Amino acid sequence: MSAIKAENLTRRFGKFTAVDAISFEVEQGEVFGFLGANGAGKTTAIRMLTGLLMPSGGDAWVAGRSVRANPRAIKQVIGYMSQRFSLYEELRVEENLDFFAGAYNLDRETSRRRKEEILEQFGLEGVRRRFTRSLPLGWKQRLALGSALLHHPRILFLDEPTGGVDPLARRTFWDTIHDLAAGGATVFVTTHYMDEAEYCHRISIMNKGEIVALGSPLELKRQYGKDTIQEVFVQLIKSTG
Amino acid sequence: MRFNLLPIIRKEFIHIRRDPRSLAIVILLPIMQLLLFGFAIDMDVKNVPIGVLDYDRTPASRDLVRRFTGSDYFIQAAALQRRDQVEDLFKARQAKAVIVIPPDYAASLQRDPSTAVQILVDGSDSNTGAIILNAAQRLLTEASLERAGITDPPLQVAPAIWYNPEQESSHFIVPGLVAVLMMMICALLTSITITREKETGTLEQILTAPVHPSQLIIGKVLPYVGIAMVDAALVILVGIFGFGVPFVGSAALLAFFLLLYVVTSLSLGILISTVARTQQVSMMLAAMLTLLPSVILSGFVFPLASMPDVLQAVSRIIPARYFLVIIRGIMLKGNGFAVLWPQALFLVLLSVVLLAVSVKRFKTRLA
Ligand SMILES: Nc1ncnc2c1ncn2[C@@H]1O[C@H](COP(=O)(O)OP(=O)(O)OP(=O)(O)O)[C@@H](O)[C@H]1O
Ligand SMILES: [Mg+2]
Repeated sequence: MSAIKAENLTRRFGKFTAVDAISFEVEQGEVFGFLGANGAGKTTAIRMLTGLLMPSGGDAWVAGRSVRANPRAIKQVIGYMSQRFSLYEELRVEENLDFFAGAYNLDRETSRRRKEEILEQFGLEGVRRRFTRSLPLGWKQRLALGSALLHHPRILFLDEPTGGVDPLARRTFWDTIHDLAAGGATVFVTTHYMDEAEYCHRISIMNKGEIVALGSPLELKRQYGKDTIQEVFVQLIKSTG
Repeated sequence: MRFNLLPIIRKEFIHIRRDPRSLAIVILLPIMQLLLFGFAIDMDVKNVPIGVLDYDRTPASRDLVRRFTGSDYFIQAAALQRRDQVEDLFKARQAKAVIVIPPDYAASLQRDPSTAVQILVDGSDSNTGAIILNAAQRLLTEASLERAGITDPPLQVAPAIWYNPEQESSHFIVPGLVAVLMMMICALLTSITITREKETGTLEQILTAPVHPSQLIIGKVLPYVGIAMVDAALVILVGIFGFGVPFVGSAALLAFFLLLYVVTSLSLGILISTVARTQQVSMMLAAMLTLLPSVILSGFVFPLASMPDVLQAVSRIIPARYFLVIIRGIMLKGNGFAVLWPQALFLVLLSVVLLAVSVKRFKTRLA
């Protein structure tokens, strides 16, 4: 069973079709790069896959559960990091972790243990008492990823997790992503950095709501006769208008 | 899915604690309002300044003036010489009424005990004007009966105003204020706290966790139920001990109904939060939908019976209308559940409708 499977997944806002009948499968343990220009429909697709938004057509299955029929059943097994930083700025770092541990129904002992593990894993021990508001963006993103991992989700949705983060921090971020995948987690990640696309097992490229290419970075480069994903991307976006 | 409210409640308390100024405003505002209403807008007629225009200047006319100034209702602010001074007096706000005694007052009293004197009342504040006129009428009736030698008249109108014998306006204002302030504070606080999560994107983050929307809302709103109850208790206590408002009914019953009313008010706040996208908008909506309607259309300031039919109909969906009957009934009359249950039923109905619409709006937002 694939970790994520979408079949003609569609979302319309009024007359406008933001996601137009996309289909793909993501295997367990895979790092799947979800690329596309601004406004291509990536976030809209993720919001459907996480049960936040009802599809207008088609369906998708996350860990075998339909987002249409059973959006709530998805929530215990997924972790989500939204495009916009959305933890509580006015809470301290560890208060944010405490809160989300509670939201994931972890018992007291597990929450305490997971909190310490996350603080250590993401190098946040030194700032645990700091107000989240006062952290630099790169640290906030680490905290956001950390709190999305509190409950050991099998499937992770990361919407532009490295937006606005310096290159070194991006590198460590991707190391973490690969560690997670090596541990069996499936990672569904969007990015605008084409170098990051090369770190993915497979990528899809979206334009105007449709998936215009899908495959491993190597396959796509070969297929389009280019040296980098960047060039593949530019050509695809140009040719599909 | 476990229904675990504690983390949400705990977080809400952290938010409240981190913002002590807002909390102080929430607690102190009602008390300040009460003092303001209680002292400044005193609707009681006591020591009303009057002018005296005595053309007669006889012992009889002076006796009549003394009847007025010797009562609790009036004090003499000016003695006038000419009629045209009256307007200046009113314009300068030095008196609210003038008693005019005609030149032949004493003489005509000898002939006919039913002699006319004139009371001129500043009608720009019609409520006070009516009350002044009433008081003056009462004094004059007493005077004429005495002149006629009737100290114990065979027919008497004995107006007895029950439940508020001195017609103390604080007895009406304190319960009314509780109704208005609870409505406003609850709707405001809940709509703001929920809209804030929408605005900052944290709502979406929480909803990807196994947290049911209703769980989130109940957890967020519960702390405010507590705050609102404490607030109401404070206002009522200040009313009782500061303004001598009686409390003849059951405190437990009032607490029960208050809780119901708070739930109705919170439901309105929740509905507002499903409409408003920003905290500012929800603040405005909450103020607009609660403050004026609860003051004007509830029977707090203007009696419902004297309103046009349309407004009377509108008042039926104003929760404060029902709670006002409840709180006045319990505090002033000692009404019990047997009398007040229809009001409670309306509050339950309003809450159910408000919550049902909220749930529907919330679902379509996600769909
Ligand atoms: N709730 C909504 N109502 C109406 N239109 C929407 C809504 N959400 C998204 N859209 C539109 O759908 C399109 C796709 O938006 P989406 O956020 O999914 O793009 P994206 O690929 O994530 O872009 P970006 O790279 O900028 O994050 C955009 O044109 C956007 O304006
Ligand atoms: Mg996006």
